[in-house]
Amino acid sequence: MADKSAVLWHHFDDLSHQHEANALGMWAFLATEVLVFGALFTGYAAYRFSYAEAFEEASSRLNVLIAAVNTVVLLTSSLTMALSVWAAQVGRRRMLVWCLLLTALLGTAFLVFKVVEYNEDYREQLVPGLAFDPGKWKDTNPAHVQLFLAFYYIMTGLHAVHLTVGIGIVLFLALMAWRGAYTPAYYAPVEMWGLYWHFVDIVWIFLLPLLYLIGRHELSDLHL
Amino acid sequence: MAERIIPPSTYYRVFAVLIALTFLTVGLSFLPIGVWHTVGGLFIGAVKAVLVALFFMHLIHGSKASWVMIGAGLFWLGILMVLTLTDYLTRHWLLY
Amino acid sequence: MSTVLEHVPQAVPPPAQPQVHYLNVAFGVRSWLLTTDHKRIALLYLVSVTLMFFIGGAAATLIRLHLMTPNQAPGSGLLTADNYNRMFTMHGLIMIFFFLVPVIPAVLGNFFLPMMIGARDLAFPRLNLLSWYVYVSGAVITFWAMLRGGTDTGWTFYTPFSTKASHSLVVPVLIGLTIAGFSSLFTGLNFVVTVHLMRAPGLTWFRLPLFVWSLYATSVIILLATPVLAMALVLVAVERLWGVGIFDPALGGDPLLFQHLFWFYSHPAVYIMVLPGMGVVSEVITCFARKNIFGYTFVAFASIGIAVLGFLVWAHHMFLAGMSVYASLVFSALSYFVAVPSAIKVFNWTATLYKGSVWLQTPLLFALGFIGLFTIGGMTGLFLAAVGLDVHVHDTYFVVAHFHFIMVGGTVMAYMAGLHYWWPKMSGRMYPEGWGKLAALIVFVGFILTFLPQFVLGYLGMPRRYASYVPEFQVLNVMSSAGASILAVGYVLPLVYLIWSLGYGKKAGPNPWGATGLEWQTPSPPPPENFAVTPVVDRGPYEYASSGEIEVIGGGVPEQAAQAAVQEESHGR
Repeated sequence: MADKSAVLWHHFDDLSHQHEANALGMWAFLATEVLVFGALFTGYAAYRFSYAEAFEEASSRLNVLIAAVNTVVLLTSSLTMALSVWAAQVGRRRMLVWCLLLTALLGTAFLVFKVVEYNEDYREQLVPGLAFDPGKWKDTNPAHVQLFLAFYYIMTGLHAVHLTVGIGIVLFLALMAWRGAYTPAYYAPVEMWGLYWHFVDIVWIFLLPLLYLIGRHELSDLHL
Repeated sequence: MAERIIPPSTYYRVFAVLIALTFLTVGLSFLPIGVWHTVGGLFIGAVKAVLVALFFMHLIHGSKASWVMIGAGLFWLGILMVLTLTDYLTRHWLLY
Repeated sequence: MSTVLEHVPQAVPPPAQPQVHYLNVAFGVRSWLLTTDHKRIALLYLVSVTLMFFIGGAAATLIRLHLMTPNQAPGSGLLTADNYNRMFTMHGLIMIFFFLVPVIPAVLGNFFLPMMIGARDLAFPRLNLLSWYVYVSGAVITFWAMLRGGTDTGWTFYTPFSTKASHSLVVPVLIGLTIAGFSSLFTGLNFVVTVHLMRAPGLTWFRLPLFVWSLYATSVIILLATPVLAMALVLVAVERLWGVGIFDPALGGDPLLFQHLFWFYSHPAVYIMVLPGMGVVSEVITCFARKNIFGYTFVAFASIGIAVLGFLVWAHHMFLAGMSVYASLVFSALSYFVAVPSAIKVFNWTATLYKGSVWLQTPLLFALGFIGLFTIGGMTGLFLAAVGLDVHVHDTYFVVAHFHFIMVGGTVMAYMAGLHYWWPKMSGRMYPEGWGKLAALIVFVGFILTFLPQFVLGYLGMPRRYASYVPEFQVLNVMSSAGASILAVGYVLPLVYLIWSLGYGKKAGPNPWGATGLEWQTPSPPPPENFAVTPVVDRGPYEYASSGEIEVIGGGVPEQAAQAAVQEESHGR
């Protein structure tokens, strides 16, 4: 059982002060992350305005079904993450551990589906530099299509990297929780990294419409 | 902790709304609404993001400082996008 | 006059030189490399940052030596044209990212921010130590790349040269810089949370020392700008490594997009570099004029104003890049606004000195140098903000002189001022004052001789980043190089006498300058936990003397009136 005084740093007045500082620190970090992804969104927006037609055409060839499933998966993982914070707040250790494990599992499922999706993109010749056939894009400008795809891989790739880090941290939290490190008096790490997890979810919430839903889809686009 | 605790029932309700909005945004993409695809998609995305932030991230009970931080991040992102786009949108305007 | 000194706030008499302080509380390499004490981390930074300064200075030396001759015949001159490109690139990168950006926040800020707000440490001490390790890692990687030839792209990495044409170690340098950027981010994050949550009881925002305000504004800029640069550099690396052409015109990509993302950070970065210096100047001016700052609220809000407005002007670096004319006009107009808060500060410092009791010690000499040189640098910035004028002086030595006036004449001077001002507190020793004054004078003379001719050179049309120039410019170039040698002496001197003072300097008491401020209420050097008892603050930061006294001192009033005033004071107490 963790001793309360062992986790209080000497420069804080009390655990509540420390908790407040940890939360504010994570919010400040998330503000920087808004700008990291924001830089990519800005570049994407600039080209989207300039090459609207090519971007719409390219976007319609992405797999909307997997993206939609992944959105549901990630939203569910946010739910389990929020529930794990609640479990910590009321001292339900077993629920806390299960919810954290479930969060990590759902995050991993997202990554698995992402790999499946990337594989399909490769088969569909949608990877500039590796597997791309300009001949398939006779109606629009293949160069601009490649720009869209470049942004697609960089933005989803950066998101996946953030998600992977998040999964690792959540697993670590689950381990610490199983060892009884978190009590209603001290659960700041769970809340802090919960904030991070929700942020990664929010990034995906915006990636979905911006990358996958900018043009009109037909039912055949669902690749069923 | 003196913090207000949000009950799981609130989380489940917010989750239901988020899933519904996801179906809505994907469903909308099958309709012939032209330029409104992007606008509608971003608007629904913003609503979802606000719900996640307010409830899952406890911003609704958050300190003033955390509101300022997130507000600053968004405002500055706005500066980056708007001022950069002033270049791209006006590049082909004629001077005279 | 003794009446003035009576009003200098003193704490309950602190003990003489403490037995145990942060330097001798533990010995050994591990106690330094694994420390979480913000004061020790500040010293770790001091050593690394000084090393990087002299490495960047070595590159500058080679540049100035090379530029003593016109080098028009191919292959002539100290350096080949290619090596010259690498030299100015590395000079810029090292000086900006590894010296100017971290120096005042990570050395003076780390040491004194907690003490000035009455805290025992920063909010996240382990993050603080991590930021130093990350800084060192970035520096090692960049230095390794430099030894293998470095890059020749200029510190600005403009595409498509950096992505497609440059045959140099672009990616390793980008990696080193991105890593160093994280170091900056961690420090900024630490400072913001610390200022919000760790202030002593009674220390409201408007009782904070102005150095703290400037560090807070700097940290806000760091948090919001650095991530965008990281992304811009990563995109260049991705394009270079995998041919994914975001900035490639052949794919419809826009090289200007890189410039937008790059300058979105790099313009606010210049405010990251200069704002902490302005904070130091506020501290030094008030102490050595023995006077309350003129217009505290204006100076505090000016820091925030600079931070905010600094984000709205970045494309004034891109007037000639091919941007839309309308955007250029917008950014030009906004650039004029950003000069206003800086001007407010200069005015207020001057007004603080006016009718103050000026004590010309070394810190004040450097601070006065800052005010003069920063003003010149700032005003030449206004020249550059005018699109019509910038067309002629863009990419000339006019620009080079402008930013060196601000960075060297500004930030480095301010750093020297702060280093000397706080040296007794950090080390427990006084530096030799005579040598300090000499160093200040040499730096000032050397600086003027180095950089003033460069304004003329730029105006006459000498381009920057060229390894050769027309022979008519040689006289001014030799003048500039001669000045650089004097400047070098001026910088080596403090290195020598400050180190000397560690062993042989006079021992300093807790408050050798009679300054206000919580950091002076502790022994020199301070104990590990800074304050034995958390201070409670009940007054503003610069209450040197009541305003009534100042009128008596400076008002030309005969002695009897002065004595009457003194008697009134003693009856009142």
